[in-house]
Amino acid sequence: MRGIITVVGKDRVGIIAKVCTLLSERQINILDISQTIVQGFFNMMMIVDLSNSTENFEKNEEDLKNLGNEIGVVIKLQREEIFNSMHRI
Amino acid sequence: MITRLEVQETNKMIEEAKLDVRTITLGISLQDCADSDINRFNQKIYDKITKTAEHLVKTGEEIEKEFGIPIVNKRISVTPISIAAAGCQTDSYVSVAHALDRAAKQVGVNFIGGFSALVQKGSNPSDEILMNSIPQALAETERVCSSVNLATTRSGINMDAVKKMGRIIKQTAQNTKDKDSIGCAKLVVFCNAPEDNPFMAGAFHGVGERDCVVNVGVSGPGVVKKALEAVRGKDFETLCETVKKTAFKITRVGQLVAQEAAKRLNVPFGIIDLSLAPTPAIGDSIAEILEEMGLENAGAPGTTAALALLNDNVKKGGVMASSYVGGLSGAFIPVSEDQGMIRAVEAGALTLEKLEAMTCVCSVGLDMIAIPGDTSEETISGIIADEMAIGMINGKTTAVRIIPVIGKRVGDIVEFGGLLGYAPIMPVNNFSCRDFIHRGGRIPAPIHSFKN
Repeated sequence: MRGIITVVGKDRVGIIAKVCTLLSERQINILDISQTIVQGFFNMMMIVDLSNSTENFEKNEEDLKNLGNEIGVVIKLQREEIFNSMHRI
Repeated sequence: MITRLEVQETNKMIEEAKLDVRTITLGISLQDCADSDINRFNQKIYDKITKTAEHLVKTGEEIEKEFGIPIVNKRISVTPISIAAAGCQTDSYVSVAHALDRAAKQVGVNFIGGFSALVQKGSNPSDEILMNSIPQALAETERVCSSVNLATTRSGINMDAVKKMGRIIKQTAQNTKDKDSIGCAKLVVFCNAPEDNPFMAGAFHGVGERDCVVNVGVSGPGVVKKALEAVRGKDFETLCETVKKTAFKITRVGQLVAQEAAKRLNVPFGIIDLSLAPTPAIGDSIAEILEEMGLENAGAPGTTAALALLNDNVKKGGVMASSYVGGLSGAFIPVSEDQGMIRAVEAGALTLEKLEAMTCVCSVGLDMIAIPGDTSEETISGIIADEMAIGMINGKTTAVRIIPVIGKRVGDIVEFGGLLGYAPIMPVNNFSCRDFIHRGGRIPAPIHSFKN
């Protein structure tokens, strides 16, 4: 199963590191990263492979959200299908 | 591969424009529950509903979490009770409504539809029992919704039932007068009622349906409004294309959710209802879309044309996005559930008569309209008859969900709460239609040629 992680918020040191650490601890593989900073605003999207994840989807989603709260950004994990459905025929 | 901008666009629709899946409605047939003993019948329907819908709410919540899209309501529709309970030896179906209410509470759905009868050509004894049970049933239950189909294009209008429902609506208002006559918000009368509609109050599980089916209603007036902001001042071609493309995207999400829900519940996917359904939340309004098109207020001249193009292009975009489309599919124009509509009524821009004209081109009809409590039952029947005629002649679904609020007058405000919102009491044309309504009988089916 593939998921999309989005991270949006004020830029600071270590955002990517913290997210990637959590992912690697759970055997979640990163397939693609795209990131920009516009006027100090951090905006990242990751495509990840959750098929070997040690935790279930719900727990990953919850923990990423909480991690976001800790470092002051909004982190979302969603299944890729919603974006494919909307933007690809 | 999906791009960051596409992901952003989707998430902006959800977060800023309130894109959501309005309802996952599980249709359940109760035809196999027939029993001559009403208590046994009630037990059978309770058991079937609670077993079939056991995982509905949990499944909805899981999908919501995984895809990051709100699924606002999880609901159930059942076989019209006048059909399912016809074999019971009884003179009241109020206990059936209680059984439905208990089942809804047990599985955690907020509404259950199907306390219904189909009487477009005539009513049998069971239909009569059902209609007579409505006022008490809606007063004593919380989550049960009721609907009666009074007319179809193929059968004409059952004017006896139109007369009767005027009285039933008044009685329902009276029975729930302590709560601003809210019983009437759970009661709708139809012309050409669809059998697969997932939206309340008019949802029921048609007799032509299979045993169990998942129907999904999408929404997203806010998304259409935001998209139109980007093409302000452009011509109608651009306007229509924008609505179409937006409807396509919204519907694709609904299709995904429907397929996922069907798979997880192990129930066949029925239809997607392409409706734009407003809520009282700011920015979730049909009237604001009409304003964005260039009208000062909903109800201004041009409103019917604006609504027609909105409705048509929602369908054009949505139909391609889903494998099966059904239900009511179009723009809803309820008054109390739409901030912009409420504002238009308060400003004097929107009247009952203009709303009636709008129902010729929108998806349903006169919806969630509060009128003075002293409106006569004949006048209510007259309003219903007009709306049924529009549906019958134009071959479309029309409906009336009107609330004569006991003890309130024009200018008062009535508060229904939650998704039902609030509404100013609207004036009604009180010139009498008494003699017309009391004629009795049926209006024959219309001619299907000479469409002038």
